[in-house]
Amino acid sequence: MSLPVAGADRVTAPPGRRLLELSEHRVHGAYVVLAAPDPDGPRPQPGQFYMLAAAARWGGGADERPFLPRAFSVLRIGAGPALTLEFMLERVGPGTERLCELGAGDGLWVAGPFGQGFTAPADERRAVLCGGGVGTAPLAILQDALRELERPAPVVLGFRDAEHAAGAALLPGALVATNDGSAGHHGLVTELLADELDEDDHAVVYACGPPPMLEAVRAMCAARGVPAQLALESGMACGFGACYGCVVPVYGGGFLRVCVDGPVLAGDALETCLVAGHEAT
Amino acid sequence: MSGPLEFCGLRLEHPIVNGSGTFDAIAARRAFGADLDACVPFSAYVSKTITAAPRAGNPPPRLFEVPAGMINSIGLPNKGLDGYLDEDLPQLATLGVPLITNVMGSSAEEVGPLVRALDARAEVAAIELNVSCPNVATGLDIGADRGGLAAFVGALRGLTAKPLIVKLTPNAGDVPGIAGAAEAAGADAVSLINTLRAFAPHPAGTGGAWLGGGTGGLSGPAVRAVALAQVGAVARAVRIPIVGMGGVASGAHARDLLDAGATLIAVGTESFRDPLAGARIRHELAALSAKSALLRA
Repeated sequence: MSLPVAGADRVTAPPGRRLLELSEHRVHGAYVVLAAPDPDGPRPQPGQFYMLAAAARWGGGADERPFLPRAFSVLRIGAGPALTLEFMLERVGPGTERLCELGAGDGLWVAGPFGQGFTAPADERRAVLCGGGVGTAPLAILQDALRELERPAPVVLGFRDAEHAAGAALLPGALVATNDGSAGHHGLVTELLADELDEDDHAVVYACGPPPMLEAVRAMCAARGVPAQLALESGMACGFGACYGCVVPVYGGGFLRVCVDGPVLAGDALETCLVAGHEAT
Repeated sequence: MSGPLEFCGLRLEHPIVNGSGTFDAIAARRAFGADLDACVPFSAYVSKTITAAPRAGNPPPRLFEVPAGMINSIGLPNKGLDGYLDEDLPQLATLGVPLITNVMGSSAEEVGPLVRALDARAEVAAIELNVSCPNVATGLDIGADRGGLAAFVGALRGLTAKPLIVKLTPNAGDVPGIAGAAEAAGADAVSLINTLRAFAPHPAGTGGAWLGGGTGGLSGPAVRAVALAQVGAVARAVRIPIVGMGGVASGAHARDLLDAGATLIAVGTESFRDPLAGARIRHELAALSAKSALLRA
């Protein structure tokens, strides 16, 4: 897998959605990893995402939801010659509850890969990866791509507690912080990030996580003059630019669509990462 | 009922189009690449709403999922007339299907220049008037008031020879009467239903609104039964063709709206769930038509 240089073409999705059959359901503490062979799909770029929905009983959950598909960054591409997509999920609402029920043999509707993913560091800057919670996901495929480029990168990950920190096993070598101190550093992941940048700030920060974490990363990188590639999350109906529901405010006014202009956006393009465009889904 | 047909003088390959604002063909090309051009699911392409000046749209959050549907409060973001004509229309013209441009404004004076400018462009096959906009004089939605709508459509009718479609609002007391007023004022067709005005309470239970725009519009299967009733009532009140829409997610739903009196069927929210839903619905409709033809024979 390769990491495109800035300005390179994104990988586009086959038109429409396709039905995959799940091959695996794994548990990592509070997280579920679903794997599905995708024989007709292209290899996604790190940071790209898919819209997922269960083939059966989508709807009929809590409050008669879910109705819309849900957006997930690809966690990584499975080993082996055929393309297998892996996704990392956490039960936070009716959509993720239903998806987390699925097991091997169950049908999964997917559309994608969508969006603009991460790009390679522009010069000799080193990559530093910073993730929070389920926002760890796109950093795993990014870590794989950087390793192939022989540009190993330090990884710092934050979780609320030890049960969630079990997700750190998905990124070998990661330093961990937890809010409650039950695993790793007792505190915020941005404290670990600051330590990394104190050591050497000739770097590009790649980050994904909850809005307050992303906003802290954005502000820290802006203050230090370090470029940041931020993978944003937003509630979205479609994933391909149709609904205009997933916008974030940009520096200087106006909005960008997370789905087609992002989900990876340059930190200095954004006014704030604290957008309230997401409910637990 | 699933094959080629004529609509307001336009020759269309099949009866499935998109609802305005539910399929951005330019963004879809970014997501799906040029492969999309070989499988455009609609027999005509309806643009999102274009206004005289550019609009950024409403602050997020803009979406809220409900049982069997969603509420949106997007706020009609668009590049304005000049941006549409210069940047979007040339790209849309390569889709290979007739283009219907949807426009909105708070008075005939405001919308007149849009209609004139679109009339001058050969790429535009028809114009759809979004009348779910408050009238500057009365504060009522233009499309919620029979007299106001008649005056609005009448003032614009003389500005173009292209087909004029009036996109009716369901948030009105007498939709068939308003459709009749549109017909009498010179509309060539009506389209319905637009979204139903709806409110999404903040999930935190604060009593406030979740959506940045305050209220929004409900769409999806939740509104299908309302669409069937309103299309049926309008079909009994007017002779002009009807573009029927509201929660269509299958060929059977499309057939039900055709049976209620629609000539074309627009697919909207279902395209969010299934990007090529329009093509699937068309094929399902064709299979149903073939089956019923066989039964009749």
